[in-house]
Amino acid sequence: MSVDQATVRRIATLARIAVSEDEVPHLQGELNAILAFVAELDEVDVSGVEPMTSVTPMALPLRADVVTAGGIAEAVLRNAPMSEDGYFVVPKVIE
Amino acid sequence: MTATASTSSNLIHGATGDWEIVIGMEIHAQVTSKSKLFSGAATAFGAEPNSQVSLVDAAMPGMLPVINEACVAQAVRTGLGLKAQINERSVFDRKNYFYPDLPQGYQISQYKHPIVGAGEVVVDLTPSESFTVGIERLHLEQDAGKSIHDQSPTMSFVDLNRSGVALMEIVSKPDMRSADEAKAYVTKLRTILRYLGTCDGDMEKGSLRADVNVSVRRPGEPLGTRCEIKNVNSIRFIGQAVDTEARRQIGILEDGGQIDQETRLFDPGKGETRSMRSKEEAHDYRYFPDPDLLPLELKPDFITDIAASLPELPDAKKARFIADYGLSPYDASVLVAERDLADYYEAAVKVHPGNRDAKLVANWITGDIAAYANTQGLSVHETHIRPEQVADLVDLISDKTISGKIAKDIVLLLIGDEKTSLPREIVEKHGLKQVTDTGAIEAAVDAIMAANPEKVAQARAKPTMLGWFVGQVMKSTGGKANPQAVNDLLKAKLGV
Repeated sequence: MSVDQATVRRIATLARIAVSEDEVPHLQGELNAILAFVAELDEVDVSGVEPMTSVTPMALPLRADVVTAGGIAEAVLRNAPMSEDGYFVVPKVIE
Repeated sequence: MTATASTSSNLIHGATGDWEIVIGMEIHAQVTSKSKLFSGAATAFGAEPNSQVSLVDAAMPGMLPVINEACVAQAVRTGLGLKAQINERSVFDRKNYFYPDLPQGYQISQYKHPIVGAGEVVVDLTPSESFTVGIERLHLEQDAGKSIHDQSPTMSFVDLNRSGVALMEIVSKPDMRSADEAKAYVTKLRTILRYLGTCDGDMEKGSLRADVNVSVRRPGEPLGTRCEIKNVNSIRFIGQAVDTEARRQIGILEDGGQIDQETRLFDPGKGETRSMRSKEEAHDYRYFPDPDLLPLELKPDFITDIAASLPELPDAKKARFIADYGLSPYDASVLVAERDLADYYEAAVKVHPGNRDAKLVANWITGDIAAYANTQGLSVHETHIRPEQVADLVDLISDKTISGKIAKDIVLLLIGDEKTSLPREIVEKHGLKQVTDTGAIEAAVDAIMAANPEKVAQARAKPTMLGWFVGQVMKSTGGKANPQAVNDLLKAKLGV
């Protein structure tokens, strides 16, 4: 599996990372090198093998339905570049 | 009851021939729970902005989701209520997209392995006519936050209180064929969710939202290309959106055009649907299993315990009301539409059990009492009128202590000055007991006849005049005479 330059641009758009045109060939090379490295795993036949989700047998921990958090609007908003009246304020987005 | 697949009676006659509408729906139902799906923040509606946001919901680095067991139970309960397959193993995936009300940059959802598989909903079109809509799956996922766009011309305001609240996405098969069928499906699904207590179904508050998939085809042909109308938030709008979109698609196809598969928005003000996203921006969600969450494995006991605690559902209750209480399918469907109303009805039937006329109880509740509740903007069970009062009223009518006419007056008193009294006490206090004493009624009949000799002559020639006499006698006895006795006496005396 390898990526072409259009795919590099598309991945950058999806990740909201600004990539200039002259960076594309370099990134294409890096991505393809990573994919080639990982592709070595394709040599292993895993047909019929369940994906392993945990090294030790563990069950998903469940919590009780109790309100234990919240009431920290100020802390939640602290890193926001802009906020007003308790809201995050962002450049207008309307689809 | 006839349960059939939807029929061809819904065809739309286009300029070039008949068309069939095909509808499937994705319903997002907010799970009734105190705290969110993966965090301990509250879910209550209408709180101050960002006051119900934990560091998990705000997607602060290093925060880890821990699943709410009650939300899992609610999804299983809903699945059982939809007669669906419950999957003992399900997996949470990340659905990636970029939007300011989604701080994680992905929604935790379920993709290939949902918690609930195939089920079905029997949908009532009329009290005696129904059809079945297949359920494809139900999965658990996080809700997003809320963006407000009207506070500033250049900025959007974001509130994350709803971010992370548990949703059940309920996906139907494309089994509906008209706007009415689509509306009836959502209505029935909402009733079932309310019976189960898994979602309050409040569409105004956004607890239930529908994405409606619409396509059209020539009858008998394969499915056409569909468009998805996002986030329709009332049952009426669902109907309008289906009709509007079907007309748009038929217009394009009859002009020789093609339908583009796309996401559209319904604008109720303009009565149109319009495209939401251009093709270049088509979403690429890049689903993958969430590495923060192990697969969800349910123990068989967990499922059987929930199954054992399921309430009686509307279809079963309706059948029982018809069988046990002799109700018409119509009355039974009206009563079971809301669980509280059905409970109110049964309480009225069962208080001081005897040979109460259960049909009459239904008539009074769905008649005068429902009409009063309506004027107050309340449900019957929310009014001050208690089931005991209804039961007592019906008993008084059945044992002929009062007539139906007096019973209506008593309801007015229950609404007005006698809010807490039993009808029996009102009859006593206001002297409303029906006159069944033939002598007294006869005297009243004789007096009216003697006072109106010309009407007597007319009535003998034209028996429909009888009604006028009945009215006069009822009036002169203050409505307390037994109408049947009055009728019989008049007939005998006038010889009609």
